[in-house]
Amino acid sequence: MRGPLLRLVFVLGLPVVLVAVWWAASAGSKDVYWPPLRTIVETFPDVWTGERWRGDVLPSVLRLAAGYALAAVAGVALGTLVGSRRRVRAVCEPVLEFLRAVPPPVLVPVIMLFAGIGDTMKIVVIATGCVWPVLLNTVEGVRAVDPVMAETARSYGITGAARLRRVVLPSASPQIFAGLRQALSIGIILMVISEMFAASNGLGFTIVQFQRSFAIPGMWTGILLLGLLGFVLSVLFQLVERRVLGWYHGLRDASRRS
Amino acid sequence: MLDVRGLKKVYEGSGRRIEAVRDLTFTVGAGELVCLVGPSGCGKTTLLKCVGGLLAPTAGEVSLSGRKVDGPPPGMAFVFQEYGRSLFPWMRVGDNVELPLRQKDLSRARRRELVGDALASVGLADAAGAYPWQLSGGMQQRVAIARALAYEPEVLLMDEPFAAVDAQTRADLEDLVRRLWRERGITILFVTHDIDEAVYLGERVIVLSASPTVVREQLRVDLPAERDQVHTRVAPRFAELRTRVYEQIQAAKRGAATPAKADMPPSG
Repeated sequence: MRGPLLRLVFVLGLPVVLVAVWWAASAGSKDVYWPPLRTIVETFPDVWTGERWRGDVLPSVLRLAAGYALAAVAGVALGTLVGSRRRVRAVCEPVLEFLRAVPPPVLVPVIMLFAGIGDTMKIVVIATGCVWPVLLNTVEGVRAVDPVMAETARSYGITGAARLRRVVLPSASPQIFAGLRQALSIGIILMVISEMFAASNGLGFTIVQFQRSFAIPGMWTGILLLGLLGFVLSVLFQLVERRVLGWYHGLRDASRRS
Repeated sequence: MLDVRGLKKVYEGSGRRIEAVRDLTFTVGAGELVCLVGPSGCGKTTLLKCVGGLLAPTAGEVSLSGRKVDGPPPGMAFVFQEYGRSLFPWMRVGDNVELPLRQKDLSRARRRELVGDALASVGLADAAGAYPWQLSGGMQQRVAIARALAYEPEVLLMDEPFAAVDAQTRADLEDLVRRLWRERGITILFVTHDIDEAVYLGERVIVLSASPTVVREQLRVDLPAERDQVHTRVAPRFAELRTRVYEQIQAAKRGAATPAKADMPPSG
């Protein structure tokens, strides 16, 4: 009985303290840029009405989902190809490292030139930013397949698609998930940035609009909402990861115990 | 059944040329249990990988039932020393055993039957739903053996399978191999560096020289088919045989140039 309760206290303790400190410290604030937390919280339901959720939050999330999914599929597919062929890897690796080093936000103006300022541009921006961690981690994961496992598969005639699906990808999945996790936070950043450049809706767009019209509490609610969105996505990600990589965590715990 | 003729393997790399296996010729008859024993680092694993089609020999050839081996043949199953890295940790035990069968043209029901039967005969009928890493080392190696059995190979290749388990588990696993061999009539080629194990398990022991490897001697183990850990290991004949093998291995380590004449002709 004490266990779960104590855990809950641990999990919620610091957030509660931080919010309380913010609440108390900002309580009497007359500063336009730092409104009291109380005001922000009161503004929240007025700003984020059903219409805003439909018109701004949903399009943002959908674009993020599309760009992220595109990056995940392309990253895993290309990464598997590059990782399993030594020649391809030797040719591609320097280029990949260079491309990865280019900060994705600088691509926004470039991509705007050919993809316009619509949804396509934003999805492409998110995808081009997210693909690198997935790609590079997949390359590493695929390359690191245990030689004994590879030999076992070969000796039992497990080749081609079966080998890929049942041996190579599962074996690389812990690395792939590490890449997907990095990509998720990059994706959220790019979702916002792409909407700040040129957009007519979306979370990033709304926050910039509030800032320009000096609706400061409104702007703060947008920032809070973004934080919450990131948090929820990360929790969802963890749930998926725990399901898919259950074996990996079990294996690690088992080898730590022995 | 299994024919190894003039097998030679030379590793070339970074300016160094390493002759691991010089010239090996031996046969394993159908239904035989043959142990290969040699000093540490004598190229046993290289040899077994060449036999299993995992490595291409530099010269010579291996044939299984008259057909040349130039890749892992469907009639061979491998049991590796590193059971922890040979089983797939993302699959449950039952799926691990079933995976190789998916490559064969078998009905789902038949696959189930083979998996159940193989797990039962290694004493792990209830472990199908567990993950390999939830099992002890000995049990994991049993799973690897079950996987090989379910594959219904003509020849089972075992590469120092019990080198990484404790002594008691090892004795149990040795008896398991003897029992499976007698029950199922499979052909087994068992590689080990443990002299007692080779004599206890084998119907025939092939003693290898130090690397570059050649066959030093072949011994027929004329112990009764019914063997057990307590009585067989103290039988005078067991002692004689192990002494004989031990002397050969010692001589091999010293690098005595000419191998002693085989006192028994190889069968098959």
